[in-house]
Amino acid sequence: MSKPTSLSIGIQRGALEIKQFMRQRESVVFTMLFPLILLAIFGSVFSNSIAKGVTFSQYFVAGMIASGMVNTGFQQLAIMIPVERDFGTLKRLRGTPMPASSYFIGKAILVTLSMLIQVFLLLAAGVAFFGVNLPKTGEKWLLLAALLVVGSACSTILGIAFSNVPKSGRGASAVVSPVVIVLQFFSGVFFIFTDLPHWMQQVAAIFPLKWMTQGARSVFLPDSFATREVAGNWETGRTFAIIGAWLVVGLIWAVRSFKWERD
Amino acid sequence: MSTVISVSGLHKSYGSNHAVAGIDLAIEQGEIFALLGPNGAGKTTTVEILEGFRDRDSGSVQVLGFDPATKGRAGQEWRDRIGIVLQSTHDAGDLTVLESVSHFAKYYESPKDPHEVINLVGLTDKSNALGRTLSGGQRRRLDVALGIIGNPELIFLDEPTTGFDPEARRAFWQLIRKLRDEGATILLTTHYLDEAEALADRVAVINRGKIVEVSTPALLGGRATSLATVSWRDGVELRKEKSANPTALVAQLSAQFGGEVPELNVKRASLEDIYLEMIGGAHE
Repeated sequence: MSKPTSLSIGIQRGALEIKQFMRQRESVVFTMLFPLILLAIFGSVFSNSIAKGVTFSQYFVAGMIASGMVNTGFQQLAIMIPVERDFGTLKRLRGTPMPASSYFIGKAILVTLSMLIQVFLLLAAGVAFFGVNLPKTGEKWLLLAALLVVGSACSTILGIAFSNVPKSGRGASAVVSPVVIVLQFFSGVFFIFTDLPHWMQQVAAIFPLKWMTQGARSVFLPDSFATREVAGNWETGRTFAIIGAWLVVGLIWAVRSFKWERD
Repeated sequence: MSTVISVSGLHKSYGSNHAVAGIDLAIEQGEIFALLGPNGAGKTTTVEILEGFRDRDSGSVQVLGFDPATKGRAGQEWRDRIGIVLQSTHDAGDLTVLESVSHFAKYYESPKDPHEVINLVGLTDKSNALGRTLSGGQRRRLDVALGIIGNPELIFLDEPTTGFDPEARRAFWQLIRKLRDEGATILLTTHYLDEAEALADRVAVINRGKIVEVSTPALLGGRATSLATVSWRDGVELRKEKSANPTALVAQLSAQFGGEVPELNVKRASLEDIYLEMIGGAHE
C-alpha cells in the first residue's frame, strides 16, 4: 500500500467532516437558514432605497455574504474545535500518524463547502424575493471570487486560532457568538456603515469583517455608490491588504497556540 | 527477545508536584505489561510521556528505538507503529462504526482490514450503527478497534474495561491475549487488580512517582512465599494461625479432628492485599 500524503488524508478528512456536518441537522439548519431568515426580516422591514438604484436589500446582501464568511469559518470552527478538544477527538488524532496539516485541510474543505452553499442561498433568495441584482461584469465576479478565497481563508485561520480562547466546548458558543454579532453591528452589516458613530467605524476598521463587507459592496453595489463610502472610493487594495494581514496574524497565532488536548 | 520500551531516570514535575520522580522500566517484546498505581501516582504522566503526548524534564526514553519527544515527520513514522487506546472518549457520534474504522485505516501505511478488526472486537452486528447509539462497552471496543487498525507493534491501553460487565470483560481479555499472541507488545494501565492478574505477564506498581516493584503477578510483594492464614473452629472458639507450611498444618489438624476440620479456611494474601500494603493503603 502506498504511503498516504498530508493532502490525500486531508481530502479524506474533508469528506468525513462534511458527512458529519450534514448529519447534525440542527447545526445545518442554524448555519444555513438563519442568515436567510435575517435577510427576510431586514429585506421586509427596510424596503426603501438608500441611493439611486440601490435598495437596502442590495446593501444588506453584500453584508450578509461577508458575514457568511465569518459564520462558516471563524464562528463554526471556534465553536466546533473546542468541542472536539473536550471529546478527545483531537487527542486521539494526535496519537495517530495523521499529519496535523491534514486536520486543517479537512476543516478548510468543510468551511469552503458551507461558505459556498451559504453564498448561493443568499444570492438565490435575494434575487428571487428581494429584487437583488447580481454583478453584471466578469470583472466583478472575479473580484467576488478573490474576496471569497482570501476572506474565507482569513476567517478559517482566525477560527482555528480563536478555538483556544473558550475554556470548554460547552461554553464556546457563548464566547464566540457575541464577538461575531458585535462585529456585525460595528461593521455595517445590519446598518449603513457611514451612518454609524465615528468611533464605531474606527473600531470596526481594525477588524477584517468591516473590510470584507466593504469588499462585498464593491461587488454588489454600483460604482456610483463608492463616493458614499468613508474614503470616497472602494479601497480595494487596502481591503485585501488588511484581510491578508489578519490572515498572517491568525496563522502565527494559530501555530503558536493550538492545543490538541484540554489543559 | 528485544526491548520495546526502555526508560531510565525519568523525571517530570508540574510546579512543585514531582509527578514522576525517577522511573526506570524495561518492557520486552511480546509481553503484556501492567502498570498499577493509585490516582495521582504518576501512572498517566509516565504513559503519556511514552506516548509522546507530554515532554519530560529529564531521563532517557526509548519506545521502539525512538525518542517519543522527537517532533516532526519522524514522529509520524513512529506513530505508524504504535496504537493508543485512550481513556473514554465520546467523539465521532455521527459516524458509523465502519466509517470510523475505515477512515482511521487511511492514516496508516499498512493497516489491518477494517471488517476484520470490527469482527475481532465483536462489533460486526454494529458495523452500521452510529457511534452515539453504542453502549459504553461497545464504545470502548470501538476505541480499541481504532487503536489497533494500524496493525501496531506496541499497544497502549488506558483503563480499557472501565464500565464493562463481567462477561464483556472476559471477552475483552481474550481479545487482548489474542493481540499479544499475534506478536504485539501491550502496556496496560488499570485500576483493577484482577485484570492485571488475569492478563499481565509482569506488573509494575507505581506510587508517589516511583516504581515500588516490578514482578509477575504471582510473585509480587513476596506473595508466593508469604504466610498463609489457616482458620478453623475448635469447639466454640474460632482459631487462626499464620503458617509457612499450611499443608502440614492442615494434615495435622485433620489427624487431630479425625478427618474433617470444622470450618476450615486457608487463605493467602490476594494481589489486592499485597498491592494495598505496597502503596501504604488504607487497610490495617
